[in-house]
Amino acid sequence: MSDIPLVELRGIVKRFPGLVANDGVDLELHAGEVHALLGENGAGKTTLMNVLTGLYRPDEGAILVDGSPVSFRSPRNAIDAGIGMVHQHFRLVESLTVAENVLLGWHTPRLWLGRKAGIRQVAELAERYRLEVHPEARVWQLSVGEQQRVEILKALYRGARLLILDEPSAVLTPQEAEGLFDTVREMAARGEGIVVITHKLDEVQAVADRITVLRRGRNVGEATRGELDSRALARLMVGRDVSLEMTPSTAELGDVVLRVEQASARSDRGLPALVDVTLDVRAGQIFGIAGVAGNGQRELAEIVTGLRSLETGSVDVDGRRLRGASARGAIDAGVAHVPEDRLGSGLVAGLSTTDNAILKAYRRRPVARGPFVDGRAARALAERFLAAFEVSAVSVDAPVRLMSGGNLQRLLLARETAEQPKVIVAVHPTRGLDVGGTETVRRVLREQQEAGAAILLISEDLDEVLALADPVGVLHGGRLAGVLPREVCDVEELGLLMGGATP
Amino acid sequence: MRRIGPLVVEPRPVASRSASVLARLVAIALALGLGALILEAGGYSARDSYRTMWDAAFANRDALAETLVAATPLIFTGLAVAFAARMLLWNIGAEGQLFLGAAAASWLAFSFPDAPRGLLLPAMVVAGAIGGAAWAAGPGVLRASLGVSEIVTTLMLNFVAILLVDYLVHGPWRDPESSGFPLSKPFTESAILPSFGDTRLHVGFLIALGAAVVVWALLRSTRFGYEVRVIGESQPAARYAGMPLRRNIVVVMLVSGGLAGIAGMSEVSGIVFRIQPDISAGFGYTGIIVATLGRFSAPGVVVAAVLFGALQVGGYALQTTEVPPSIVQVLQGAILFIAVGAEMLARYRVRWSPRRERDRAPFAEETP
Repeated sequence: MSDIPLVELRGIVKRFPGLVANDGVDLELHAGEVHALLGENGAGKTTLMNVLTGLYRPDEGAILVDGSPVSFRSPRNAIDAGIGMVHQHFRLVESLTVAENVLLGWHTPRLWLGRKAGIRQVAELAERYRLEVHPEARVWQLSVGEQQRVEILKALYRGARLLILDEPSAVLTPQEAEGLFDTVREMAARGEGIVVITHKLDEVQAVADRITVLRRGRNVGEATRGELDSRALARLMVGRDVSLEMTPSTAELGDVVLRVEQASARSDRGLPALVDVTLDVRAGQIFGIAGVAGNGQRELAEIVTGLRSLETGSVDVDGRRLRGASARGAIDAGVAHVPEDRLGSGLVAGLSTTDNAILKAYRRRPVARGPFVDGRAARALAERFLAAFEVSAVSVDAPVRLMSGGNLQRLLLARETAEQPKVIVAVHPTRGLDVGGTETVRRVLREQQEAGAAILLISEDLDEVLALADPVGVLHGGRLAGVLPREVCDVEELGLLMGGATP
Repeated sequence: MRRIGPLVVEPRPVASRSASVLARLVAIALALGLGALILEAGGYSARDSYRTMWDAAFANRDALAETLVAATPLIFTGLAVAFAARMLLWNIGAEGQLFLGAAAASWLAFSFPDAPRGLLLPAMVVAGAIGGAAWAAGPGVLRASLGVSEIVTTLMLNFVAILLVDYLVHGPWRDPESSGFPLSKPFTESAILPSFGDTRLHVGFLIALGAAVVVWALLRSTRFGYEVRVIGESQPAARYAGMPLRRNIVVVMLVSGGLAGIAGMSEVSGIVFRIQPDISAGFGYTGIIVATLGRFSAPGVVVAAVLFGALQVGGYALQTTEVPPSIVQVLQGAILFIAVGAEMLARYRVRWSPRRERDRAPFAEETP
């Protein structure tokens, strides 16, 4: 390994109106090394990589490639310099084949497309890096893990010497992630430089040769493999000792409040998305549903909250059957819903805190007065929510669009738990939240459990499910596989179930 | 963010009230400036022309009355379009609904010519509303049940409504004494809206203001209005909260059509005193512009309609001087064009920023 880094970032400063995303960040990336960039949401990891890949221009600082300074005017320049990025959200054309996606926009045909030659090149590349994927398969037919391999192939085809992977394991099962890390190590062994952006500590330990920790846009720590343990890294990342470990629930289990029996439903595309799912949730119980997104989680949440109709089977809440797809019926039966897209359906971005606070209460007294909405009662309700859940809002009249993710989720939870719900359906409730927001959400769910709510917790975050729920089930291909009591679950086994193994 | 040479156009972080007022004032100044250029280029004195327009629209009691007469139907149709638009429904059919409202009111006027005024006029208002609502009901139901675009259906029904009134005044309702003109009999005294003093300004204007207040209160402080606002901002959220989307689509279309229908009643009963094919000078379509200028709020629509009325009255006055109608139309168009453009200035800002690229902050960094 030479002493000149493949790519070096020196004193990168990137300001946005109202915030400094990168404040003098230094980073050295060497060929043949896996470098983990560790930090919380909002620490500036993605901004830094966008600077490196030519999407943003730094306000200050320099980028050096092979020791000489460069200035990227566009992503194209960065690609020409051998820097490739695999984004968290794939940028693939679903209806085209793997080879076509890899060649797209890069391979410039004269007259003939040279399809055969292209396919051969892609196949060779895939073989060299052991990225198993069929070059003639259409992208929409591929699993998420395979699509990720296509993205990696795309970057390699374009001659990337430095490959940046943004939260690569977020969408993978533990086994798929393991496969990805094998690939990453293989690429490093062949002399590629790799950057893995992540906030998962175990991944860092598993794959990284060198670690840089960012917090609030600054370097706060650097280490080589094995120098720091996970606890030390977490402290660096968060800036204090954190404990997201939950104390086990002391709630006593009551009667079955939510009963889903042999429920089947179709997805928006009309394909079977939920097949014969049966589950019981008792008062004082958190039933965890793990699984990779797109395996029926959304549909399960929607049949319980009355947003999707059942094809067969039934849903009962406290002995009352939910009929048809009626969100109103579910709400009246006492089902609260913390939805996946909090600002898309749970809250209305353009309306005020007050208007959002009464989204469910506007039909009932005291907010409803005959056909009218009592403005004063509505404001009072909003102010109560803000105070009780320590939501910081400019004013109750300002649109909630201006709030941070954590505050939005607190407002949503305040509203959904206000009426002592019998059932709470929480979908990815801490996704995208920082540590503080995550702590609040988990605490509230625990409190509701102790107060006797039956909670269905659907989450991709295995640690979260294991911290809160008992029992835990896994959805795969729309089927509920292996419902296990908490004490016999381990990540390994859940991972296998998520990947489709039968228990 | 968009870049045009050294200029950068970007959204204002928070659309400020003072900025939007300022943007409109700047727009009016710019519009008058551009209008002056057009007039001078055509060889007419901008000063004199503007004076003529101002005098005709605002200078005295009669002028003001004429402006408000012109504004009256535009308030109704503007409200109709704005109310539907609050739920993201585009009612392009206010014109047809106006004709149907006029026809329904006229039918009452012809059927009960001797009914007392205090009974007949309110009944005609209701009939106008029902006529307009009936014409909007079809598009509303089709949109709610089958997802058929209301833009297309309401637009097409305009032509049907206009031809229907054509048929009525050529056929069953034709005045035998009209010597072949397609006109109905004149209304009897009790079917005519009272006017103020010796001006043409009639009670229809007050009804229009009342309608604006009702629409404003409906949106602001009723459960129905709350649902409309939520649905307009986010359909997924409305579904999540269990709001009856389909029912509200139909109801909003009915209210919207009803408002446009009253415009028809107000014109036949307040201005024309009979029904004939040219009762509307495209009021239904102009209502779309009025609603847009008024930012789809009831008070905004009233202000925009009055300004629009003034522009029309002033334009007519200018045509009676030596300025040709085409120049007047170009002038009106330029003013409108700039006023609509000012909408953008209220929401976006333009910055001088040569060379150095500054990027916009990502909304939610690193969240999936």
